[in-house]
Parts: sequence; structure tokens; C-alpha cells
Amino acid sequence: MATFMSMRFTSCKLCGHPVRRGIVNVSKLSKRYKATKLKQADTLVWEPVIGLEIHAQIAANAKLFSGASSQYGGAVNTQVSFLDSALPGTLPVLNKRCVEAGVTTAIALGCTINKVSRFDRKHYFYADLPAGYQITQQNHALANNGEFKYFVYGKYETDCVEKSARILQLQLEQDSGKSLHDDIAGRSLIDLNRAGCALMEIVTAPDFHTGSDAKSFVRDIKMLLVTLGTCDGKMSEGSMRVDANISVHKPGQPLGVRSEVKNLNSLTSVKKAIDYEIERQISVLENGGEVINETRSFDVDTGETLPMRDKELKQDYRFMPEPNLPPLRLYYTTDKSPSGTQQRVYVDILEKEIPMLPRDKRNYLIEKYGLNSYRANFIVNALAVELFDDLVKGKNIKSFSDFLMHQFLNLISQRDLTVAESNVMSSDIDKLYEWYQHRELSLENIQKIVTGLIEKQGASAREIAETLDLWQINDEKYLTDLCKQIIEENPKHVAKYKRGKKRALDRLIGQAKQKSNGKADLSTVNDILIKMMKTGAE
Amino acid sequence: MFVYSTMALRFIVRSLLTKRMKYLSSINRYRSKLPDKPVWIEINLKDLPEIPELTVDMIKHIERLSLVDFNNQQGIERLHSAISYANRLATVNTDGIEPMYSVLEDSELMLHEDSITEGGCRSNILQNASIVDEDYFVAPPGNIPLKQNNKNFNTGESVS
Repeated sequence: MATFMSMRFTSCKLCGHPVRRGIVNVSKLSKRYKATKLKQADTLVWEPVIGLEIHAQIAANAKLFSGASSQYGGAVNTQVSFLDSALPGTLPVLNKRCVEAGVTTAIALGCTINKVSRFDRKHYFYADLPAGYQITQQNHALANNGEFKYFVYGKYETDCVEKSARILQLQLEQDSGKSLHDDIAGRSLIDLNRAGCALMEIVTAPDFHTGSDAKSFVRDIKMLLVTLGTCDGKMSEGSMRVDANISVHKPGQPLGVRSEVKNLNSLTSVKKAIDYEIERQISVLENGGEVINETRSFDVDTGETLPMRDKELKQDYRFMPEPNLPPLRLYYTTDKSPSGTQQRVYVDILEKEIPMLPRDKRNYLIEKYGLNSYRANFIVNALAVELFDDLVKGKNIKSFSDFLMHQFLNLISQRDLTVAESNVMSSDIDKLYEWYQHRELSLENIQKIVTGLIEKQGASAREIAETLDLWQINDEKYLTDLCKQIIEENPKHVAKYKRGKKRALDRLIGQAKQKSNGKADLSTVNDILIKMMKTGAE
Repeated sequence: MFVYSTMALRFIVRSLLTKRMKYLSSINRYRSKLPDKPVWIEINLKDLPEIPELTVDMIKHIERLSLVDFNNQQGIERLHSAISYANRLATVNTDGIEPMYSVLEDSELMLHEDSITEGGCRSNILQNASIVDEDYFVAPPGNIPLKQNNKNFNTGESVS
């Protein structure tokens, strides 16, 4: 039953006739309300279950089983050995650096290292896999049963939560070549430079429940791999790819049928693809359909997942042990076995060589400076711990960390740059902060200077500030004159503010910003405007 | 004369016998894993795992996966007998025995240093390709399934 509340008589805006208007309050007993609430509650009941497979290309000079170069961006088909192009009579020889990288990563993820692991062949036909099989480690992998803790950010800084995911398996495998699909001419162009490059496949347990969880996990594990030096983490160059296995079920019931979304190559696509796929599966199930176990790909432009046509039939990979390779054995220096003439990989030596991990750096920042976990994780992920350490001496920690994060680190992360690549010197940041504290520069102009430094528009912060004339104007007289001008030019907004709409004040301040080219001290402008409008009202 | 011939005969026979005994004893020093007499075990066909029904869909699926052409009814029967032959392995008792994955089990896996020793031989790599475009291999598009040839498996004729 609808009940009218707070009625008033006004005139219709179109025809001028008197009309009664009021706010309709839909009673909570109404059927429509109940039906909507039930539908919303139903969607809340479905629990998504997500597992990830991360393929990280190992940072090594050569490929996994051959001596060809694994560098990115080489001329087409110039980094291909006879083994990579599957010419008969060639045999694989394992690269020591790749084993070391795999073991180091496994130790950092807290996995149990298997002293003996084996290689298998995974057979499928595709133009970019010349041999018709990929050498991987399916049944006896390099390491199993690890765990990784990561931070999920929320709406506010204090909503930052630490979660943990289990690592089921870490294995070494070969990459396939790259195929460019030319749909117009109906053909594929194959470049084998990437064929045979070493990949670490990190398989997680299905411990994720939202796209945001998965994205945070990938972000933090990327930082771990970059810190260890085992992967360069450049997802845009294909150094790291993520496949997600997604299913939904109602709590208490068995797990639903899962579908796989392959080749997600950026953090935003990880989140979007998983969220889309969860919604798609929920809507399929709620309409009485069934989820098909299939492989899908993510279309970045439309934000949808689409089935991959050539993976329609269920693939049978016919796994078999790789006959050309004996088992891979790992050693400890304390082992009693006689030392051979062969090169060996010693697990305990690698363990000692592990550098300071992101989680240790985070804990260091939290303990030394009392930062909250969001800020600590942000600074660690931006590789700015040293910078922060150098510059924060003698400054207010909270205000400086705020400044560093919002005026600098945000800007460089938007451009996919690291601190080292940004061309901004730590002395510049120091100066900018000093000027900001002494009210000589507004935040907006600071961002302009930082952008200018990144784009090499000036040699130093001072130079850019002088050239573009960005110094803050604190002169009372100038500001008062400016405010008078603005109030005269914008009577409508002034009237709105006087009526009680606070937003109008923001409009006036925006005008001040524009007119003074961002140089006016906005907090003083704010005070002057309010004073003027109050006296004006009287 | 007669005595000499028998003596000679006995001599020859004895030398042959000693040779045979030496031979036999040398064999016994390296004990043979082969049994002395042939051993024949009867396998009861009912103990073996059942062979699933080879439907036309399954045959098509296998043909697509392995790119092996079964062609006609004879091919399918051959597949059936191959499966039943391989099924006899199920009678071997493997309890408590570690599987052997390759005869290279005990050898040391060689590791090579991480240096670039190969590559840079584009002309060699591309020389056997039938179609090359601007140094890329040209292949048929990967996204379209192969044309399904509807075969009559009884006669081996194909009706596309």
C-alpha cells in the first residue's frame, strides 16, 4: 500500500495548473518490494569459486631446453634453434638458470621442494607448437603445497584486509610460439621466437571468491617475482599471463561446473573477466540452464568472455613421460651422495641468496614508521621503499606518505613506470614537499611539475615552476580582488549557495582555479568567498 | 686298430663332454633369468577389463585427436583387437613396485649454462616451409574447426 507523505501544492512546470506533489513511500509490506528483495537475496546466495593458473616467463638469457635467446622483441624467427622448430634429430638440454629460478620462487612461496621431479609431454595440435607436444611437469612437479598471503584493498584505507591462498603446484614448462591471426586473408602467421621459452606455472587452489581477490593476488605475486628477479612481471609484454577457472555454487552444495578463461594479460582484465563470468554463470543457472565446461577468452573491448571455437571438444592431452629426459634431481649441500662432475642445483645455497621479500619490506615499514598495511603495501608494490626511507627523515610520516603516494607514485603507476624509469630525482620530490609545506605550490601545480619532469620538459622542478609560472599566490589583496570578480560574474551560483547548496561553492572555487591558472591558494579563497557571501547576504 | 679307433672315439666323446660341462658350468655362474622350460599362463578373458563400445562419435573424436585415419570397418576391428591385446597387461601384479618411467632413470640430467648458443639462423629455419610471408610461417587459421568428412565406416566411402 502506497502512502503519501510530505505533500505540497505547486504548479505544473509545463502547463501551470495547480498540482499536488509528494514523496511516495513504498511500504515494506508491498509485493513488489518483497519480490525485489527476494531476487537480490537469491543472487547473494551464489558463492563463486575461483582458481588461478599463472604462467610467468622466467627471466633468463636462453630458453628452457635450447640455447636460443629468450629476449622480448627480437626480429621474427631469428631466435629459433633447431629444437624449437622441432626438426628431427634434436634433443632437449635443460637450462640451469631456469631450474634455479623455479626453486627460488618455490622457496619464497613456502612450497615443499620435490627432490626428484619428472618431465611429461602434453600433446595437442596447433600451428604454434611445432613438435605437436609441450614438455611440462604434470604429475611430478618441481614443488607442491605452498601458501601466499596478499592484501585486498577496500573503499577506505582502513578496509585493507590480508588474505591467504594455497599454492597447489609449481612446475616448469615450455612456452608455445606466437600466432597472429589474419582473419581477412584467412590465415595465421607464426613466429617461433617465443617457442620453447621457460615458463613457471603456478597453480593455486580454488581459494578466491571475487575478481577483486584474484586481482590483488596477481598484483602481489607479480611483486614477489619481480623482487626475486625470476620474472620481469611485464604483463603487457606477455611475461605473465593468468588463466582463471570459475564456477559458482550455493553454500553447502557440491561445487558447480567450471569454465576456464584463458590468457588474461592485465590486472584490470583479470578482475573484469572474472566478475563478468561469475554474473554470466549465475544468470545461466537462474534461468534453468547448465554451465558448460569450456574454454573462453576475454574480449577487452566489450568486457565479455567468449567461447574459443577451436577448443569446443574436450581435449585429451595424452600425457606421457618425456622419454628424452631423466628425472630432475635437486641436492642439498648436506647430502651424502658423492659429488659428480655434473653441474648441480643446491637448494640450500639458493635459499640463502633470496633477497628481502616484499612481505619483509612491508613489515619493516609498518614496524618502523607505523604506516597502515594499505600504505605499506602500496609503497612496497611501487618499489619505493628506499625512496621513502631516504626522504621521510625529519618529516611528518603521515603527511609525507600521503604526499608521496598521491602526488608521485599514483602518477607513475598510471603510466606503467617504475621509480627508476620516471626521471624524477629524489631531491626534486624533497623540494616539492618543502614548497607544499610552505604553501608555495598548490597540489595541482605540483602534479603538473611532476608530469613535466616525467616527460622531460625541464631539468629540475624549479626550472619547470619558473617556466610555467606555477608559484602559489598567497597575496591577500590579489585573492580578495579575485573573489570579488568571481562573485560578480556568477550571481546564480552565489544565490544557490545562499539558499543552502554547498556544491555551488565548489563551482566558485573551480572558477578561481581557472582564472589564476591553478596558482591561487584555494583554502584562503574558500574562506574569503564564504566571508564575502555572508556579508553580502546581510 | 680297433682298440685305437674306440680309444680315439672315447677320447673325442670325453673331450666333447668336458667341453659341454665347462659350458654348462659357465652358464650356471651367470644365473639365467630365463626359465629352463617354457612357461605358459592361460589368461581368462573374463578377468580382463571390458572394452567399451566404439561408437561412431568416439571414433571421430579419436581420429581428430590423433590424426590417424581408421577408414573402414577393418580399421575399427583392428583398433578393437589392439585394445584387447593391450588389456592383458591388467593381469600383471604391480603392488608395491615403483613404476619405471624411462630406461634413463638413473642417469644424471645434464644442465647447460644460461648463455645464448643457438639461433640467428632464420634462413635455415624457414627453408622447408611451403609458404612464408615476411619471415613468418603461414598456417591455416586456428579458430575454424576442420571440415568434418562424414564417412561410411562400413564401406570406407566418404560422403562429405
